[in-house]
Amino acid sequence: MSVLVYTESENGTYKKTALEVASYAKGIADMMGTTATAVAINGGDTISLGAHGIDKVLNITNDALGDFNASAFAKAIAQAAKAEGAKVIVLSQSANAKYIAPLLAIELEAGYASNVVGLPESTSPFVVKRTAFTNKAFSNTEITTDVKIVGLGKNAFGLNETSGAAATEDFAVDLGDTSGVKVQSIDKATDKVAIADAEIVVSAGRGLKGPENWEMIEEMADILGAATACSKPVSDLGWRPHGEHVGQTGKPVAANLYIAIGISGAIQHLAGINSSKTKVVINNDPEAPFFKAADYGIVGDAFEIVPKLNEKLKAFKAANS
Amino acid sequence: MKILVCISHVPDTTSKINFTDGDTQFDTNGVQFVINPNDEFGLTRAMWFKEKQGASVDVVNVGGPETEPTLRKALAIGADSAIRVNTPATDGYQVAKELAKVVQDGGYDLVIAGRESIDYNGGMVPGMLAGLTGANFVNTCISLEVDGNTATTIREIDGGKEIATTSLPLVIGGQKGLVEESDLRIPNMRGIMMARKKPLNVVEPTGAAAETKAISFEKPAPKGAVKLVDNVDELIDLLHNEAKAI
Repeated sequence: MSVLVYTESENGTYKKTALEVASYAKGIADMMGTTATAVAINGGDTISLGAHGIDKVLNITNDALGDFNASAFAKAIAQAAKAEGAKVIVLSQSANAKYIAPLLAIELEAGYASNVVGLPESTSPFVVKRTAFTNKAFSNTEITTDVKIVGLGKNAFGLNETSGAAATEDFAVDLGDTSGVKVQSIDKATDKVAIADAEIVVSAGRGLKGPENWEMIEEMADILGAATACSKPVSDLGWRPHGEHVGQTGKPVAANLYIAIGISGAIQHLAGINSSKTKVVINNDPEAPFFKAADYGIVGDAFEIVPKLNEKLKAFKAANS
Repeated sequence: MKILVCISHVPDTTSKINFTDGDTQFDTNGVQFVINPNDEFGLTRAMWFKEKQGASVDVVNVGGPETEPTLRKALAIGADSAIRVNTPATDGYQVAKELAKVVQDGGYDLVIAGRESIDYNGGMVPGMLAGLTGANFVNTCISLEVDGNTATTIREIDGGKEIATTSLPLVIGGQKGLVEESDLRIPNMRGIMMARKKPLNVVEPTGAAAETKAISFEKPAPKGAVKLVDNVDELIDLLHNEAKAI
């Protein structure tokens, strides 16, 4: 009857989002008077999971799960859920988790609520608050099935450290035919922070006038350990890759800090970044709609301000690290 | 190749979002509805399959009669025929169940849906549909090529791309990248005239039950005013000491 959480790892390390969903699963388990169990696939050391509220880890080691395979991962997690008799299953909203969740929902005949922003309002009935209309609103959603799947939005809950330790058990799965979709190759920049993992995102728009002017944006991202992003027109013009497009039809950003440079703030863009905690805008047009959505702003020319800001940030980082 | 494109009927991206009936219903007053952007990229990709590889392209929506103008627009863009499953869409699972019946009855090889609708953002219909019909599934798909029974896909992952091969029958959760923004088609007069004569078949629902229920809606709390600063030192100080963001 425990709450089951799928904790994703990369190269044997649990990401911050995995520790966040672990903390969250523990929160739900407390509400329901039960414990939180993690399921890990080819995962690593489970100390960090124990330190975030997990009592038990079901560790699945299987060569067929070496490459990501949504349907096989869903089957494996479903088998863990059944073995645990779990009524609530928690996943993050990483690209892979979002890929797995609907397949898992069908495997378990479970209702699924995505983009959830906090602990359930109640667990019986099971009601969660989730974002809708691309962050322009929230929906209080009841999951009415016996088994429930919750997709927790990034940075929606945070981390809760505990003093616990997790017991680790090997868990064997029977996957059947896993040949449906076969990964051939992965193209991933290893020297850059992904928007999905970033605490800070530095984003720029058409105000930068051309792709040749992005050096100062990348410099700022380097200084801050941030990901770079862009507005829709910039990706449509081909100045930056599509993967950087942030907004309603691009990527959502739920960072701690979002810095928008030369972005006017179209409603579709603002919707996409609304879940970020602190928003900073630098724009030469004081009437730009972004100023209404931001916490801090500087009215001025990006080409003057950004190089200055980079210098000062460098000094700040040197003094504070 | 028989292609089905799932079309969600959603408020235009510039819409102001409001609710009525004690915040339980979306207020459609003054709202313009469009083809869900993620679906429109898929529809355009399907048109290329039709033109270059001789595929047939049907479009489908689960919804009431008010969604028909959106289906007609898809026909004007070039789809061969449209299907409307005559029931209000209540949640992702119910929609996927209704679509699964359409897919099975129609014997489609390839189903292209958007990765999510921009209204309820469930992000579950394509995956559930694949699960229900036993088809292969690729989500957040930004490139799709089909040769015979084999498909090559590129999927957007966190921080990069993943190239995979799979086979039909296949369900795609599509988005921008399947085609570019500049490839999207605006229906011309001839397309609009032809769309009036194309079949739009209304089929009755199987009566699938929803698994989730939106009880009420709320809007984010209004934001405080922006703090305007004059210089970068002050900004860094605020970000460090007040926002604790750096």
